[in-house]
Amino acid sequence: MSSEKQVLGPDDVRRAVTRMAHEIIERNHGLAGVALVGLQRGGVWLAEALGAEIARIDHPIPVGSIDASLYRDDIGLRPVSPGSVSDIPFGVDGTTVVLVDDVLYTGRTVKAALDAITDYGRPAAVQLAVLVDRGHRELPIRPDFVGKNLPTSSSEQVVATAEGVVIS
Amino acid sequence: MKHFRSISEAGPDALRRLLDIADHMAEVNRRPNPKVPALRGKTVCNVFFEDSTRTRLSFETAAKRLSADTMNFAVSSSSVNKGESLRDTIETIAAMGIDAFVIRHKSSGAPWQISQWTTASVINAGDGWHAHPTQALLDAYTIRTALNRTDSFDGLRIAIVGDIKHSRVARSDIQAFTMLGADVTLVAPKTLLPPSLDGFDPVTVTTDLDAIIGDLDVLYLLRMQRERMNEALVPSLREYTSRFGLTPERAARLPEHALIMHPGPMNRGVEMAVDPSELPGSVITQQVTNGIAVRMAVLFDLLGSGANLEAES
Repeated sequence: MSSEKQVLGPDDVRRAVTRMAHEIIERNHGLAGVALVGLQRGGVWLAEALGAEIARIDHPIPVGSIDASLYRDDIGLRPVSPGSVSDIPFGVDGTTVVLVDDVLYTGRTVKAALDAITDYGRPAAVQLAVLVDRGHRELPIRPDFVGKNLPTSSSEQVVATAEGVVIS
Repeated sequence: MKHFRSISEAGPDALRRLLDIADHMAEVNRRPNPKVPALRGKTVCNVFFEDSTRTRLSFETAAKRLSADTMNFAVSSSSVNKGESLRDTIETIAAMGIDAFVIRHKSSGAPWQISQWTTASVINAGDGWHAHPTQALLDAYTIRTALNRTDSFDGLRIAIVGDIKHSRVARSDIQAFTMLGADVTLVAPKTLLPPSLDGFDPVTVTTDLDAIIGDLDVLYLLRMQRERMNEALVPSLREYTSRFGLTPERAARLPEHALIMHPGPMNRGVEMAVDPSELPGSVITQQVTNGIAVRMAVLFDLLGSGANLEAES
């Protein structure tokens, strides 16, 4: 059971990031008022990679990060410790915020991030970009931009970095 | 962690974790809407048997910014005046369903006694001369952020000046600063030092502030408690100021980067013989601001992190 399986390699991840960057630009008609927000901690590298790719293709947009651990619905049920500090270097009011995470699973982290980001202001819209959608949603949340749909069993672990995606 | 009663009991891992969590709380406090839902449904009761304004208000603000409910127990308007014992008082409040007690009491050790009578978490907000661990936490956090010392205080030279003997702030600060690696020097007349430094972490002691002031990274002034004058522990306040107070001459000799700290309330003209608002190194107001963030960190760690469940299961 502890066998590791590499699902995507570094080149696959790079191509997926490029495709998602194009999709974000296309969907948002030229990126007016769009900002990326990576979810601490796993989504931060992906938000930065998407930000760099969007800047290369079109023009730079603001990139921030958010820590949703003070908004989780399982506080007190299991150990949670805040990751890195939130950094939202732009006004959220009227901005189209693209939340970015590495792996989408139950949707509870995204729900916490939605609560967190709306404490900074009223976004014009919130979209969701994930590198891997592994299924098993427990809330009515779906991604707008997906690197790879990856059917998994809930006993498996999925790790997604710039070096690739590994199931174990 | 179940309780937060002293720095030495919490230990170095918890100290660093709380300082890390405080970074997140400070970010919350900088927002236009400085409130998060982390401790919804939790109740925190402040039980202060001694006067305090800043510590009690700081704890109350911290609890509210985490969305906890707060209750305040003021001894002056309570059944303690009808002769109710401490134990009955605590058990009565605990029966109302409290998740954490914040305790200030004139007797050293009161928080340990109280935690035997309740299943709630106990936070020490000052017990006798013994400990004031959230003050030490906010002092350490202030130094860490102002001097950008996230990893350790290795090599930092910190002088704590004044009435060490009667100061719970000094005892907790010494523990926290040395735990993080700082070199701590105590500066006081012999009458205001504890009779023995056994049980203290390794510190240097001197009566000569002028000999070390030019090499300090942090000058921490304690409040010169005027009631000590009646005990003839210092010849006069003027004499105290001339030897241990921060005068304009001494302020000029501090290194440019050095921080000036004070736990409040300040005695202007005694230990603080300059206007601190004119000192670029003064971080006294930051200490007050940071007090809310570190108390949020303590409350979140005790009530919200799930660490208790792990320990109990």
